[in-house]
Amino acid sequence: MQKRKPSSAGSTTVAAALAVFLLAFTGITVYLFITKPWWFPKPITEIGILIDSQFHRTLIITGVVFVLAQLGLAWVIFKYRDHGQKAEYFEGNNFFEVVWTLATIVLFVGLGLYAESAWAQVHFQPAQAGDLQIEVTGQQFTWNFRYPGPDGKFGMLKPSMVSASTGNALGLDRSDPEAKDDIVSPILGVPVNREVELLIRSQDVTHSFFVRELRIKQDAVPGMIIHMHFTATQTGEYDLACAELCGLGHYKMSSKLKVMSDADFAEWIKVQVANQ
Amino acid sequence: MPGIVAEELDLHVERGFGGGNPPRGNAGGGDDGRGGGRSIPRRAYITGITLAVAAIMMFFMALTSSYIVRKGTGTDWQAFGMPRVLWANTVILLLSSLTLEMARRQLARGEISAFRNLWALTTGLGLLFVGGQLVAWHQLRAAGVYLSTNPSSSFFYVFTAAHAVHVLGGIFALLFVAFRSWQRSRTTQAIGAEVAGIYWHFLDGLWVFLLLLLSLGR
Amino acid sequence: MVSHADGGHEHVHAAPTGWIRKYIFSLDHKVIGIQYFLLALFSVFLGMTLSVLMRIHLVWPNIHLPFISGGVMTPEQYLALLTMHGSIMVFMVLTTAPQSGFGNYFLPIQIGAADMAFPVLNMLSFWTTFVSLVVMVCAFFVEEGAPISGWTAYTPLSALGKIVGPGQGTGQTLWVIGLAIFCAASLMGALNFIATLIDLRAPGLSLMRMPLTCWSWFITAILGLLAFGVLLAACALLLLDRVAGTSFFIPGGLVVTDQVISNHSGGSPLLWQHLFWFFGHPEVYIAILPGMGVASHVLSTFARKPVFGYRAMVYAMCGIGFLGFCVWGHHMFISGMSPYSAFAFSIMTMTIGVPSAIKTFNWLGTLWGGKIQFTTAMMFALGFVSLFVTGGLSGLFLAQPSVDLPLHDTYFVVAHFHLIMGVAAIFGIFAATYFWFPKMFGKFLNESVGKIHFWLTFAGVYCIFMPMHFLGIAGHMRRYSDLSGVPYLSGLMGVQYFISIAAFITIGAQLLFLGNFIAGLWGGKKAGVNPWNATTLEWTIPSPPPHDNFAGQIPTVYRGAYEFSVPGEAQDFIMQSALPSEVERQHH
Repeated sequence: MQKRKPSSAGSTTVAAALAVFLLAFTGITVYLFITKPWWFPKPITEIGILIDSQFHRTLIITGVVFVLAQLGLAWVIFKYRDHGQKAEYFEGNNFFEVVWTLATIVLFVGLGLYAESAWAQVHFQPAQAGDLQIEVTGQQFTWNFRYPGPDGKFGMLKPSMVSASTGNALGLDRSDPEAKDDIVSPILGVPVNREVELLIRSQDVTHSFFVRELRIKQDAVPGMIIHMHFTATQTGEYDLACAELCGLGHYKMSSKLKVMSDADFAEWIKVQVANQ
Repeated sequence: MPGIVAEELDLHVERGFGGGNPPRGNAGGGDDGRGGGRSIPRRAYITGITLAVAAIMMFFMALTSSYIVRKGTGTDWQAFGMPRVLWANTVILLLSSLTLEMARRQLARGEISAFRNLWALTTGLGLLFVGGQLVAWHQLRAAGVYLSTNPSSSFFYVFTAAHAVHVLGGIFALLFVAFRSWQRSRTTQAIGAEVAGIYWHFLDGLWVFLLLLLSLGR
Repeated sequence: MVSHADGGHEHVHAAPTGWIRKYIFSLDHKVIGIQYFLLALFSVFLGMTLSVLMRIHLVWPNIHLPFISGGVMTPEQYLALLTMHGSIMVFMVLTTAPQSGFGNYFLPIQIGAADMAFPVLNMLSFWTTFVSLVVMVCAFFVEEGAPISGWTAYTPLSALGKIVGPGQGTGQTLWVIGLAIFCAASLMGALNFIATLIDLRAPGLSLMRMPLTCWSWFITAILGLLAFGVLLAACALLLLDRVAGTSFFIPGGLVVTDQVISNHSGGSPLLWQHLFWFFGHPEVYIAILPGMGVASHVLSTFARKPVFGYRAMVYAMCGIGFLGFCVWGHHMFISGMSPYSAFAFSIMTMTIGVPSAIKTFNWLGTLWGGKIQFTTAMMFALGFVSLFVTGGLSGLFLAQPSVDLPLHDTYFVVAHFHLIMGVAAIFGIFAATYFWFPKMFGKFLNESVGKIHFWLTFAGVYCIFMPMHFLGIAGHMRRYSDLSGVPYLSGLMGVQYFISIAAFITIGAQLLFLGNFIAGLWGGKKAGVNPWNATTLEWTIPSPPPHDNFAGQIPTVYRGAYEFSVPGEAQDFIMQSALPSEVERQHH
C-alpha cells in the first residue's frame, strides 16, 4: 500500500531540477577547467613540463569520465522518473560488467604506468656528478640554504652550536676547516640551466620544500638527508613555501628561489660571502 | 502478509544460521538447543574470541614490524642480557595451558571439584607468570636497563608489558569463568571455559613468539 | 508460539525496566545505535562550528571574536581548531554514525536476529567511545589548548611536547589517550558486528541474499578489526615517546628554537607515518563503505528495481576492502619514503579505482529502466553518486606520484577528501536518516523541509569544495592559518571568500536538518510498518520495533533483498520473508 504516491508532475519538476543542476554544475566545472582562472604558473624545469603533460592527460581522461558520469546520472534521473511507467526487472548484465571492468583497468592502470617516467626522472635517476650541491635546512619557522663554497665540501654542523639569535641558525662550526668557506643564506640562489642538487634536511620537525614553478616538493624530515635535483630553465624570483604542517608559524615559513644567469649568480655568491 | 508465523516453520525458527545455504531441518547451531528462541550459539562465542585474537595479533604485528624496522635501520641498537627468569616464566605459562586443558577435560566429565582445582591452578600459574615478569623487570632495572635506555630495551618493555596486560585480562577471564553464576546466563560454563582457553593458549603462543623475536634477533 | 523445552533459561534479555537500564546502560542494539547516532550528531555540529571559526579566520583574520581571550584568533588557535575539526569529524562522526549508529540499529534486524551477538560488549563499546570523545574534547580546556599537529599528528611535531608549540603539551597527550581509547572501543564494535553477521543470520539468509547495507557493515567491520589495532600500537608508542623518554619516532640531533633535544635519538618520523597510514587508509574506506551500502539500498528501493549487478557490488566492496590495506603509501609519496615503493603504491592505488568505478556503473545501471521516486532519502542517494564520482576522480591525480608532486599538501587534497568523506559519506548518513527515521521513531521527517535541506546542502558543498581544486592547482598549501605569509596567496583570497560564504550558508542549512530531526521526534507524521514499500526485514516489524525486534518469531528468508518490479507480480516489491506460497498465489 503506497501512502505517498508522488504525482507525475511533481516528479518531473524534481527530476528536471536535479538534471539541470547536474548539467549546470558539470558545465561550470568544465568551463573553469578550460578557462583556468587559477592555475599552475608556468613551469621552469623540464620535469615541470613532463608533469604538466601528465596532469593534462589525467585531466582529459578524468574530465571525460566526469562529464559522462554526471550527464549519465542526469539522464537516468530524468528519463526514468516515475511518470506512471513500470520499472524493468533486470539484475545485471555480465557482459557489461566485464567490459567496463576491463576498460577501467586499462585506463586507470595505464595512466598510472604512463606517469612512471616523470617520477623516474625526478627520483630514480641520481644527480649528476658535477652538480652544484646546496643544503636546504628547514626549521621552525625559516629556511636556510648552505653552499659548500670553493672547497666543495660542507663543514661540520653541531646542534650544540645552534643559535639563531646570534646568527648561527645551522650550528655551523666555523673552526672546522671545511666550514670556513661555507655560505649560509636565507634565500635559495641558483644558476640558470645548470643542474642543482638539493640536500634537504630539518633541524626540528618535518617541513616540506616547495616551489610551484619547479613543480618540485620534498619533505624535510629530521634525521634524514633527502636528495633532490633539478635544472631551472628560466631566470626570475619565485616564492618558496613550507608544505608540511610544522607548528604555529607554518604559514609564514616562506623564502625565495632566485634563478640567475651565471654572471649574476657569481655576483650573488660574492655578496653572500661578504654577509657571512 | 509478510513476515513469518512460527508454527509453520517450527523446525527453522530460532537460532541464527551461518553457512551459505538455507538450512535443512533442525540442523541447530551446534549448541544444545536450549534457550527460548534467543540463545546465542556456541559458535558465535568461538567466532568472537577468534576475532579478538585476530585484532590483538594486528596490534602485536604493528609493534613487531616497528621493531624490525627500528632494529634494521637504526645505528644505535644495543643488545642486552635478557634475565634468565624469562625462561622459567615461559615454562610456567606453558604449564598453565596444560592445566587449563586438563581442567576443561574434567569439566566435560562432570568432575566439578577436579575442574575447580585445576582451574585454580591455572589461574595461579598465570599470576605467577605475571609476577615472574615483574621480577624480570626488576632485574633489568637493577642492571640499569630502563624503558628509555636504548631502543632494544624500549621494545622489550613494550612487548612484555603489552603481553602482561593481556595476560591480566586472561586472568580476569579465568576468574570470570570460575565465579560467574552460570545458571542465569545464556550459555554454559563449558563454553566459557573453551573461549577462555582459546584466548589463554593464544597468549601462550604469542609469548613464545615474542621471546624468540627478542632473543634470537640479537 | 515456538514449542521448545525452555531448559529453565531466561530469554536473552527481558525488556529492561527503569530509566537507567532502558536508556543509559541499555543492552538493546537499537538504543545503542541511537546513542551512537546522537554522539555523532553532537560531534558533527561541534566539528562544523570549528570549521566555521576556521573559515571566518581565513578571510577575516583580524576580526574580534567574543570568546577568544585576546579577541583575535592566533595561528595556534586556528591550527588547534583544524586538528580537532579533523579528528572529531573523522573519528566521532564518520566512523560512528554510518557503522556504529545505523549498523548497530539495523544489522541485527536486517539479518533477522533479536540483537547483536554480544549485547554487553555493545554497550561497553558505546560508553568507551563516549569516554574517548570526552577525553579528546578536554584538550580544548587545558591551559595551552588543543594540539596543533593535525588529525594526522605527524612526528616529531606531535612527539616533542610543548617545546614545539602551544597545545603540544597536555593537549596532545589527551588527544593521543582519547584516540587510543577510541581504538579499543572500535575494536569491540567491529568484533560484535562480524560475529553477529557470521553466526546470527536467520534461516534462509545466505550471504548472497543479504542486503548490501549488511555487506558494507560486514566489510567495514573487518577493516576496523584489522586496522585499529595498528593505530593503537602507534598511539602507545607515541605516548611513550612523549612521556617516557623513548625514541620510537624522534631522531637525534634536534634543536628546537635554539634548545638541543638531548634525550631522544635514533627514532624515525617515517615509522609513525607508516603505522598511521596503514590504519589511516582502511579508515577512509570504513568511512565510505557503509554510505555505499546505503546508497545501493536506497537507489534500488526508490527506483523500484533490483540492484544492478548485486554480485559485482559485493565483489567490488570486498576488493575495495582488501586493496584498502595495500595503498597506504600513497599518502607518503613526498615523505622521503623509497621512490620505488611509491611507484608500487601508486599502481595499487590506481587499481583500487576499478572497483569504485564498477560500483558507479552499477548505480547508474540500477537507475536505468527504473521508476524513480524522489523521496528525500533518494535525493541524498542520488547526490551521493554525483559526489562520489567527483571526489573519486580527483583521487586519480593524487594517486600518481609525479602529478602528486605539485598537488600534495595543497587544497587539492583538501577538496578530494572532503568531497568523498566530508560530503559523500555524509550524504550516505543523510539518506539513511531520512530512510530509516520512520522505522526508528514511528514518524516521518518532514519531506518538504528535507528537500530544501538537500538542495541547499548539495549546491552548497559543490560551491565549497569545487573551487578548492583550483586553489590547490594554483599552489595554495593546506593547513595555513593565514594567507599573508606567501606572496602568491594573496591573489587567491577572492576564492577563499567565496568558499567561506558558501560554507556559512551550507552549514546554516544543517540547522534545518537539526530542526527537522527534533520536530520529527516530537510530533512528526505517523509512519506505518512499511511506508516505503521496501523489501528487507526491518520493514516487517512495527515502527518503532519492539524490544526484541521479532517478538520471538525469527523470520525465514526466501529470497534476495532487491526483488522489485518482478514481472507478473501484483505488487512491485516482494519482501524477503514473504512465503513462497503467498507469492505464488499472487502471481498472474
